[in-house]
This record gives sequence, C-alpha cells and structure tokens, in this order.
Amino acid sequence: MPHPGIRSSPHGPASFGSDVPMTLAPPAPVHTSTVVVARRRRHPARLVRKIALGSLGIVGFLGLWQLVSALGLVRASSLPSAVDTFAQLGVMARDLEFWRNIGRTMTTWAIGLVAAGVLGIVLGAIVGLVPFLRRATHTTVEFLRPIPSVALIPLAILAYGIQMQAALVIVVYACFWQVFVQVLYGVADIDTVARDTARSFGLTRASRLRNLVLPTALPYVMTGLRLAAAVALILAITAEMTIGNPGLGRVIFQASNVGNITTVYAIVIVTGILGLIVNLVFRLIERRSLSWHQSVRGEEVL
Amino acid sequence: MTLYTSTVRTARRPSRIWTKAAGSIGFAIGLPLVLLVVWGIWGTLAPATFFPGPLTILDAFVDTWIGPAFVDDVLPSLGRLALAIVLSVGVGIAAGTVIGLTRWLRELLEPLLEFFRAIPPPVLIPVFVALLGVTDTMKVVVIVFGSLWPVLLNTVEGVRATDSVMTETARSFSLTRSQRLFGLVLPAASPRIMAGVRQTLSVALIMMVISEMFYSSSGLGFQIAYFQRNYLIAEMWSGIVLLGLVGVLLAVIFSIVERRVLRWYHGVKEVERA
Repeated sequence: MPHPGIRSSPHGPASFGSDVPMTLAPPAPVHTSTVVVARRRRHPARLVRKIALGSLGIVGFLGLWQLVSALGLVRASSLPSAVDTFAQLGVMARDLEFWRNIGRTMTTWAIGLVAAGVLGIVLGAIVGLVPFLRRATHTTVEFLRPIPSVALIPLAILAYGIQMQAALVIVVYACFWQVFVQVLYGVADIDTVARDTARSFGLTRASRLRNLVLPTALPYVMTGLRLAAAVALILAITAEMTIGNPGLGRVIFQASNVGNITTVYAIVIVTGILGLIVNLVFRLIERRSLSWHQSVRGEEVL
Repeated sequence: MTLYTSTVRTARRPSRIWTKAAGSIGFAIGLPLVLLVVWGIWGTLAPATFFPGPLTILDAFVDTWIGPAFVDDVLPSLGRLALAIVLSVGVGIAAGTVIGLTRWLRELLEPLLEFFRAIPPPVLIPVFVALLGVTDTMKVVVIVFGSLWPVLLNTVEGVRATDSVMTETARSFSLTRSQRLFGLVLPAASPRIMAGVRQTLSVALIMMVISEMFYSSSGLGFQIAYFQRNYLIAEMWSGIVLLGLVGVLLAVIFSIVERRVLRWYHGVKEVERA
C-alpha cells in the first residue's frame, strides 16, 4: 500500500479529532509490521485498480443517494437529491459571502491552532524536562484533560460574548492537550544511553536541546499537531454553531432553522472537504519534516 | 559475612517505602490542593461574577444534581452515551475487521470513509434532526455517527497490519477461519483498536453534550446551556464540573479495560525495553 509507515505514528492512523484523549498511558508504539507493509513496491496495475475502485465507491454512493431521493424513500424535505445538493453548492460558490464564511472559520482554526501549538510545545517541554514539575502536575493534567471542551462553551459565551474570542477559548483548550501530552511523551522518550553519552561528551545544554531532545520529540510533536489540526476544525465549527459567531457553523445552523435543507447538506459536504484538506496537508507536512525518521524512510524491516 | 548486610538491607526497606509513598501522595494531591485553595481565596477576596469560588460551586452542585435532576437529566444522558459507545465500538470493530480483511471492499470504500471521517461530527446534527426528528434515536445516531470512525479506521489499519509470517503460519497449521480471526487477527489488531476506542470515547462524550444543546429540552447538555442563558452561574459551573467528572470516570474505566485487554501487549513491550 502506498501509505508510508508514518501512518503508524503514536496515535494510530485515525487523525480524527479526539478532543480529549482519555489517559496518560503511553501511546501505542510504532508497529514494525506496518513498516513492512509500507515497503511493498507500488505496482502500477495495483494503483490503477485502487483508483478505479475508489472512484467507483464514490460514484456508487452518489448514485445510491440520488436513487433513494428519486424513489421518494425519504421525504424531500429531509433528504434533497444529490444533483440538487451539488447544484446548490455551485450557486453558493458564486457568492462571495460563502467564501468569506470559509475564511472566518479557517481564521479561527488557524489562530487557535497556532496558539495551542506554541503553548503546548513550550509548556510541554518545560514540564517534561523537569522531573519535579512532571510529577507535581500529573494528577492535575489527568483531571483537566478529560473535561470535554464543549462544556466550556457557556463559560466562553459569558466571558467574551458572541465573538471569535469565545470560539478561540474552546479551540485552544481542546488543542492544547493534544499537543501538550504528545510533547510530554516525546520528551520522556529520550534514550538514556544517548542522554548519558551527550553528557559525558560535554555537550552544552543548548546543544543537547537541539541535537537530542528536538529530534526525539519531533515525531510526537508532529503527531500532536496533526491531531490538533483536525480537532481545531471540529471545534471552530462547533463553536460557530453553538455560540453563533459568524462562519460556516452559523450558516448551517441558520439554514437548518429556516428549513433550507439543501444548504445544510451542501455545507456538510464543504466541511468534509475542508477536513479532508486539513488532514492531507498535515500528513504531508509530517512526512516532509520527518523525512529523516525511520518510520518515514521505512528502512527498519523487523 | 554478606549474609548480615543483606539482613540489614531488608530491615531498612520499610521506612523507605513509607517516605516514598508519602512523597508520591504529596505529589499527587499537592498541586490540585494548592490550586483549590488559591481559587477559594481569590473567590472570596475578589468575587468575580462569572468565576464563583469552589465552595459556592460545591453548594450548587449538591442542590442541582443530587435529587430529581439526576434521574431526569443525568441518567438518560449517560444511558444514551453508554448505548452509543457500545454500538460504535461493536459496529466499528465488526465492520473494520470485514473491511480490513477484504481487499476489494477496502479499496472501494477507502475514499468514502476518509471523507466521512473528515466531516466535523456536530455538523451532522441538523442533518439527523431533519431525517429522524428530535428523538432519542436521533441523539444516539448522532453520537454513533460521530464517534464510529476512530475505532473503525484503526481496526481496518490494525487488521491489515497483521504480521504476514504469523498469518501464513496459522494457515499452514490449518487453523479454521474463526480460530484465525479470534486467535490471531483480532489480538494482533487490539493495540490499534484500543487506541481507536480511546478517541471514540472522547468524541462520544462531546457529541452527547452537543446533541442535547440543540432543539432539546432535557439532558446534561441542555441543562448547562439553560443555566448559562439564565445567568445561573454557579449552577452552570456545577454542570461543567459534572461533565468533567463523567470524563474522568470514562478515562478510568477505559484504562482498567485497556490494562486487561492489552496485558500481554504491555508485557511484551516491557521485555523489549529491558
């Protein structure tokens, strides 16, 4: 299969938004056997077959959707036909406001992700490198992390009103834990022999950070950022739906309130495409920045 | 004379254990205690409208949730959550195994599954409200549809990554299909599956809250939104605390189950590390 072994990174392949990973248990480690699968050579015929079958799946799904609504198995007021939905999508794409809404949602997403990423990496590195802090914060982290970020929505509304800041509170809270915990794992994963070697060779603190801690923790950081990117999108849209700050989430909520069901379906498709792009881009960044790492190079066979 | 030294060592050990235990307990409750005290003092010295002190919240917690509200709002919510988690994990593992073992099916469905996984789950609430109305079924379906993907996709990936030498060994020892499935494929995939289940749990909890925030008139999510709209600040905080407790409870249950299911796996890892 063409997916290189990076898909076997700590949290498994599903970069699906897990808002609050449940425990501090170490992440499932890389499976060497996956790497073996990844090393299989790409046969052109197999690739063609894969693409053909994949497109057949999509076309089949759209056909089934069209058939169900055409036969009237479900009321048209709750399930518009596939053709109508894509026609509506075309109409919306010609409207500048639609693109502005995408821009608003993605702005919340980007600001939240950057803030959570910086906070998570800095605090994670500090807490992870100082054993006293790591022990002292353990239970607090275990208690704060499982709190679903949506529980904070009412608080965010009260504190900031119907604005982007309220949405940012939710996004940053959810994404922070993703990055923070991965950085903790990453910093804890430093090989003891490598650390002692670095010490006895008299490397300075800065040099140890750059040449030992950073390379060890980077795969974990990238996993954390990839998970956080997916979570940030989910919560940016959720916040717009519940808080009501402008963006795609508010559009879908309003459309559903006035019974404009075709728009609802069209925007569901748009959000799916956005999520897909975010996943692909972050997988690409991860692969590029870890091109030196064995899980990407895939040289380690058993 | 080595005998004597060893006796001396065993005699000294208990006191060390006690200091160690006291130390780790101190570390475990130290920071939460300090934070609570600081919060309490802050709350009494400079009372902020939206940030009541911990004692006020504790009062509100007892008044709000212990009593009829527990039966009317909390239990139905938790019931839907439990049902949805069982359905998600069951359907996810079953479908994931079938898809992971059948190559043409996997290639047929892969792009579709990637797309469905990428849809932010809360967006589907208006869709399912249109399809099913505001019912309990709708809420359960919304939770399942949102939280199914991590466990499903991780199962596919885990089943696919079964060691080929082991698969062929099992074949050549002519194990039956079900023996191979329950004796090799599922155990081999179980670390991945559990990683997926962990994500499923947290998404399910989020979806439970959100599914009750719209068009609903009961449940935990509705209550918290209601308190906020009516500026019942302490009550709202008590709801946040309750949700946090549910989250922690789920995390504890998960880690107990995981330790049982993956006991062999953690053992193998320890041996490899040593």
